[in-house]
Amino acid sequence: MQLARVIGTVVATVKNDSLEGRKLLIIQSLDAGLLPQGTPLVALDAVGAGVGELVFWCRGKEASFPFRREDTPTDCTIVGIVDSERHVTMRGSRQRR
Amino acid sequence: MIIARVIGNVVATQKNERYDNARVMLCQPVDLAGGETGATLIALDTVDAGVGDLVLIVQEGWGASTAATGDPGAAIDSAIVGVVDYIDLLPEEQTTR
Repeated sequence: MQLARVIGTVVATVKNDSLEGRKLLIIQSLDAGLLPQGTPLVALDAVGAGVGELVFWCRGKEASFPFRREDTPTDCTIVGIVDSERHVTMRGSRQRR
Repeated sequence: MIIARVIGNVVATQKNERYDNARVMLCQPVDLAGGETGATLIALDTVDAGVGDLVLIVQEGWGASTAATGDPGAAIDSAIVGVVDYIDLLPEEQTTR
């Protein structure tokens, strides 16, 4: 699982039946200092996240577990909304300034 | 999920039996500005996407196999699961891309 910022939404009328009614969001993964890391991805939302929010997401087969896992094709699902940036804390030398 | 442009299709007479009746598409991943990024990949179509379409691709075996063939366990790691109508980005993300 990784931290990410929701930076946009995707609208797709034609899609796999099991994605009907699901929210597709664009996320930018972040490093421990909350700086962008890697390229943006499209994620399925499982927790009611919105644009601008700090979230964490899950990759792989496990990404389909919040939904009907037999038939929901997803490799990237938002599984948590971080309360605020202040709620991402590190100890010691890696502490964020 | 990643966003990609369908750039062609592939015809293979001799193939794994689970690929029977599958539409095998050649796709080029794109970034949020529409530029090409990363390596071209092959994905099975589940939504009647055509050449030139901007699509969503799941890169996870279970979901891709289920979406493309109805059952998990096929040797498939990528499937097209949606056709993108449009993308909405945060204003600050639009200016940096």
